[in-house]
Amino acid sequence: MATSSAAIGTGAPHVARRRAGGDEVAYLVVLVFAASIIVVTAAIVWQLWVHSSPAREKFGFSFLSSKLWNPVTDQFGAWPFIYGTVLTSFLALLISVPLGVGAAIYLSELAEAKLSNTLTFLVELLAAVPSVIYGLLAIFTLIPLMRDYVDPALQNALGFLPIFSGHIYGLGYLTAGVILAIMTFPFIISVSREALLAVPREQREAALALGATKWESTFDAVLPFARLGILGSVFLALARALGETMAVTMVIGNDPGVHASLFAPGYSIAAVIANEFTEATGSTYLSALVELGLVLFALTIVINGLAQLMIILTTRKGSAKGG
Amino acid sequence: MTVRDKRRKTVNFVMLSLCALCALITVSTLFVILGFLVYNGVTSLSFDFFTKLPKPPGQTGGGMGNAIVGSAQIVLVATVIGLPIGFFTGIYLAEYGGKTMAFLVRYVADLLNGIPSIVIGIFAWTVIVVPQHHFSALAGSLALSLMLIPITARSTEQFLLEVPRSMREGSLALGANKWRTIARVIVPAARKGIMTGMILGVARISGETAPLLFTSLNNQYWSTGISEPTSSLPVMIFYRAVSPYDDFHQQAWAAGLVLLALVLLANILARMVISRGASLPR
Repeated sequence: MATSSAAIGTGAPHVARRRAGGDEVAYLVVLVFAASIIVVTAAIVWQLWVHSSPAREKFGFSFLSSKLWNPVTDQFGAWPFIYGTVLTSFLALLISVPLGVGAAIYLSELAEAKLSNTLTFLVELLAAVPSVIYGLLAIFTLIPLMRDYVDPALQNALGFLPIFSGHIYGLGYLTAGVILAIMTFPFIISVSREALLAVPREQREAALALGATKWESTFDAVLPFARLGILGSVFLALARALGETMAVTMVIGNDPGVHASLFAPGYSIAAVIANEFTEATGSTYLSALVELGLVLFALTIVINGLAQLMIILTTRKGSAKGG
Repeated sequence: MTVRDKRRKTVNFVMLSLCALCALITVSTLFVILGFLVYNGVTSLSFDFFTKLPKPPGQTGGGMGNAIVGSAQIVLVATVIGLPIGFFTGIYLAEYGGKTMAFLVRYVADLLNGIPSIVIGIFAWTVIVVPQHHFSALAGSLALSLMLIPITARSTEQFLLEVPRSMREGSLALGANKWRTIARVIVPAARKGIMTGMILGVARISGETAPLLFTSLNNQYWSTGISEPTSSLPVMIFYRAVSPYDDFHQQAWAAGLVLLALVLLANILARMVISRGASLPR
């Protein structure tokens, strides 16, 4: 009774209290949603851990170093896949970093603003193209191109090196590296360009005023300033390349071996999961595939963390000095 | 002009030309291959492609009607699960977040965003396919929604933070409490940006293949429910492309073109909605 009479007497406090209560409910609701992200991510790690336990218990750390992958005898080792994943990603960066950073320099330092913005818009649009489409294109354009022209040319010129020897299939590590390079162009170009654009104008003007040529100003004054941001773009591209599944699966050749030749067919972690998961029989086989997923997860987490760190460091530095 | 100056000028010219060449190579490579897709896709596309069921190898004709419907269904369910969670998390991050908790949520969202899609597929397989003992479109939707959540959360946060402080203060000064301010003032003000982020997120998950391979799997026929194996456009492209049959390759090109058109259209629309110069979340 006391409450209701008070409410009738003075309506305002009651409404105010109800409103404040609404605020608390709203807070709780959004907090629950936000916390659910943490719960889900923890659940992902937990499920990977639990479902990989048969393989982890059976093979221990030798899983990482063993070269043997034989579903018939239930022997599983991750090394051919780790090797293929790291090698193809490395090849991709070897191609995409010089080309991508060069293009970013052109877009930020040389091209007119309008041309630069248009090209960047188009390049960023290409980052949205699904990877299965890159894979489709690679099968019918890149593989014949590599088999008939690029690989033979490399073999003729540098065939004495073990990495360029052996039979040419068209499929293989190098082809996977090339398609990954093409897929990582947009990331490197757009992030590096932003890092270069964040370099204060004074940096360029000071160098030019001292008599530097355009290239000397870019190379000695602008690039060092943006180097962490560029490195961040490289790590972003690396994380993307490591976890890339479809395009690699379609061109790497799917052979669980370790080969020195870049022309040889190989396998990557993501590709073996994509190909063998539905047909895997037996708990050891399945859990070995899940454990491969765990390895890939750990690999990309580390690389992504480094990328974020570097991008944060440059943005801070750029804004502090640029005012 | 001294010899040294001459050399410097030459280096300058050579290096700057090389940079322009890099831009030319990267941009043109990307467009040449896409042009190839459009060329092959257009010649393989027909009306049947959108309405008919796939034919077995050896028989000509047929389409991917079931895959188009299946994709729409999987993406729709993923959107219904993922968008609200991402949206409210974004509100939390921008409007309510305390220091420690917001940092943690932001960090974990970025972490989730960085997990390879195939690994997220394994997770969906462990929580839905394993207990049910059969493949299900719902598992595919779950995997895609997990990819959508961090994208939506981070873009929503970014656009909410761009709403000027004075609008918040004006609303609070008029006596509105916090959630009313958010619901009636801040979110409407950031509406365009938030929509853009959502469209980009949905476009991104529509093209994902890897998380669907062993969750929603594939199906030769029309799907009968959300917990049945269901065909989807990206998965069909994959199986058709790696098959040895020419007819199947033609189907893959047509499907690739349709998927690309949808994804690029969504992206262009989203970018037209947003004002020029605003940076997009990655």
